[in-house]
Parts: sequence; structure tokens; C-alpha cells
Amino acid sequence: MTESDSDADREREAPYQLRGTSFTMMVLRLIDPEAPGFFSQLSAKLDQAPNFYANAPVILDLDGLASERSFHLPGLVRRLRSLNLVPVGVHGGTATQQEAAATAGLPVLPAGRSTRFEPPRAEAAAAPPPAPKPSLVIPEPVRSGRQIYAEGTSLVVLAPVSPGAEVVADGDIHVHGPLRGRAIAGLKGERGARIVCGALEAEMVSIAGRYRVNEDFDPDVAKKPVHISLVGDALTIAAYRSG
Amino acid sequence: MARIIVMTSGKGGVGKTTSAASFATGFALRGHRTVVIDFDVGLRNLDLVMGCERRVVFDFINVINGEAKLHQALIKDKRVDNLSILPTSQTRDKEALTRDGVERVLAQLKDEFDVVICDSPAGIEKGALMALYFADEAVIVTNPEVSSVRDSDRILGMLAAKSRRAELELEPVREHLLLTRYDTARVERGEMLTVEDVLEILAIPLLGVVPESQSVLRASNIGQPVILDDKSNAGQAYADAVGRFLGEQIEHRFVKPERRGLFDRLLGRPA
Repeated sequence: MTESDSDADREREAPYQLRGTSFTMMVLRLIDPEAPGFFSQLSAKLDQAPNFYANAPVILDLDGLASERSFHLPGLVRRLRSLNLVPVGVHGGTATQQEAAATAGLPVLPAGRSTRFEPPRAEAAAAPPPAPKPSLVIPEPVRSGRQIYAEGTSLVVLAPVSPGAEVVADGDIHVHGPLRGRAIAGLKGERGARIVCGALEAEMVSIAGRYRVNEDFDPDVAKKPVHISLVGDALTIAAYRSG
Repeated sequence: MARIIVMTSGKGGVGKTTSAASFATGFALRGHRTVVIDFDVGLRNLDLVMGCERRVVFDFINVINGEAKLHQALIKDKRVDNLSILPTSQTRDKEALTRDGVERVLAQLKDEFDVVICDSPAGIEKGALMALYFADEAVIVTNPEVSSVRDSDRILGMLAAKSRRAELELEPVREHLLLTRYDTARVERGEMLTVEDVLEILAIPLLGVVPESQSVLRASNIGQPVILDDKSNAGQAYADAVGRFLGEQIEHRFVKPERRGLFDRLLGRPA
């Protein structure tokens, strides 16, 4: 057994593991911490997504300070903690400022790669949710060669869709009549999208990229009112009784 | 105010020109001042079917370009009063059909005639578009076979989207289905689509069914619209269709196979 092997063995048996890893962390770039509106503005920002910011670790970036003007770092840290932020280090700044940080128990970190740090969209929707976009409704027959796209919503056709026509939607497609052309629902990958039609005579149907052509339709559902959806990964066509 | 009627189909060879010639003649026979215009620039045929090819001096394109006056280009039919033909150019192409030019000629014709029939070229390009653009009504000429039905469907879509009435959001172009070359025997054998099959896809009112008939080719070759052959099924079917277009209640004929007597069947005579 070589010496390095025994080193590795010892490491495995140790009651800890020491590893390097990187975290994406929020950086609070200080521009003028003494500005009168500093805390009220910051507090308003945090209120937009309270869960997201709660007890979030934060690095204080001192490079953006407007002047060499001194400010009270321990005081700033205390007030940030009262806003439920947890300062864990500083970055940049003058030697004096870094010394003050060390005294306050904050390590000085090297520069990192910066990305825009925003709460996920769902959380940002603490504001009133946007009104749902109404369906695109086509009252007349969709003739051969015509293409209709319901962008960001569902499509309702109150008449037949002819062979050689194409109806496309980001959401569902409902055809209140025979579907004889192509229907593509969930164009941008919405797996919950559905196709409903009064009679399945389609050339092709597709939901979220899964498709079936006319040849593959079960004779039991041909020309019947059907409901088409994704079950697991399979495009499923089920007849339903109409009226 | 004159009505502008387009004879159109998308597909070629289905009987647009034959139908345009017979409809124009049929309207004129009923006393309507009628003009029929050939929009098939470069493939001039209407004058042949109307039997006036040897009297063409100036044409539709000459009038559009201001090279001739309308009255120099219009040809009066010798058999039927109230009927004029505006032939097209065989040497030019569809680009000669400018929207302004066509509009100007049609406006002039509308003052002098009750019915203006536009005989569209096949296809969905400029010639067909110009023929249908100013239409008030459209006769969709369709054969009982899938490719013709699909092309007719395409043209119906263009009428609904690209016509002047569609662009100005006026009352839509009135659509009529004329099913031509209908062969009841082949329909019975399942070799052709039935009237119902076609109506199911196109979903527009049926104006008439013109049976497949040798009299159509014979009429074309002698330059006489088949509607003037009142002994032929096809001629009678066109006369019925014109009557229905003018609002008369006429029952559809030539849709079911003719009953043949026992003798005919024994002797193998055609229906």
C-alpha cells in the first residue's frame, strides 16, 4: 500500500468532507448607504417577494460607493438583518473599508461572475395576476391553404376546418365541426393543451410536439367527436358522446 | 347596378370557360344585357368557345393600357342579343392585369351591362386574384374529385380573405357551387364523389349539377356555348342553373342515374 493510498483512506474515514463549490448569491451593491431613502426603497423592493428574500445571504459590494465617504458598516449590517437579509461578506472597497468589514466579522471575498439576480416570475406575481387572454374565435369555415395561429391563447373554430388548412394554438384547439386539416395545440410545449373536435377527419394532430397522422388513427375514433390529450408521453385520442 | 360574377375553381380543366360562356349566353337569352370577360391572359380561350376568335381586333389588355377604346374591343355575339365578349391578349401575361386598369374597365362595363361575368384563369396567382377581386358573386366550378374539391376550397378561402368585399369588410361575396362533369354511373360505382360528399366539404349552396356529356366537347369545337344545344343534358343543366341564379325554383336534375328500361339493359345501351 502506498502512502497516497493511505492518505485517501484517512480522508474517507474523516468525520467531514472538504469540498469546493460555487453558489449563486445576491450582491447588494452599495452606492450611497447614507442616502435618506436607502432603507425604505430597499424594504419596498424586498416586499415584492418576501419569501424569496427572507433570510437570503447577501454580499455587500463596496466598489460602487459614490465616494470615499466613510459610513458605519456595523450599523448597516444591523439594519439589513432587521430587514431579514443576512450579510455574509464584502467585496471590493478600500483597505480601510475592508478592515472595518473584518472587524465586523465579514470576510472579504474575491470578485465573482455577475448575473442579474431576480426572484422567479411566479413570486413576482404578488401583484395582481394578469387577466387571461381570451380565446381566438373564428366563426367561419377555415378553408384549404389558410393558417390560423392563436398566439398565447386557445383557438375556437365554430365551423369546419378543411383539408389543407392548418389551425395552431399555444393553448387548446376546439373545432365545433369536422376537423379535416391539421391541428397543432400547445405549440410552445404546453403539455396540458388539448384538441377537441366535432368529427375527427384530420390530416394530422399534434400536442406539444407529439403528433399522429391520419393513418395512425384508430378506426373506432375516425369521424367521431373526440378529445385529444397527452397522457404521459402518449398522444391519446378518446371519443366522447356529443349532445 | 350591374352584378359582377366570377367563374372560378382554382384547378384547371374543370369547365370554367365552358360555364362562363353558357352562363353569359343564358343571362342574355333571358334579356339581361351581359358581357363576359376573359381573364386568362396569355391563354386566350373564351373567344374560341364563343365562336368569335376570327373577329378579335383589340382586347382587354389594350383597353387597360389605353391603346383602344372599350367599344373597339367588345365583340357583339351574332346569335344572341344583349351579349358581348371582351377577349383577352394571347401575347401578354398576367402582369398586364393591373388593379386600377381592371377596376376602370369594370366600372365602364357596369354602366352599360346588367351582368358582368369574369372568366378566371386556373391557379391562385395574379390572374385568378384579379378575376375574383371585384366580384359580387362567385360561381365555384368543381368536378366530383378530391383535388378539384380541395382547390375550390382554397379559392373560397381567397374570396373570403382577398376579395375587395373582404378587404373593405362589405357584405361577403355570394358563393354558388356548380358541379360539372358529373357522371352518375361512375358515382354509383364509387369512382367519383357524390354531390353530398362535395357539399359536405365546401358547405356552400348548390347552384347546379352539369352531367358529363359529349355535347360539351362538340359545342366547344364548333364555338357554340353548350347552353344553346337544348337537346343535350348539359345544355339543359346550364339553363336550369342560370334560372336558379336568377331566383327561380327549379328542381335539381342529373343527380341520380337515369332509369333504363329492361330492353336498354339487355341490349347494353348506354343511358
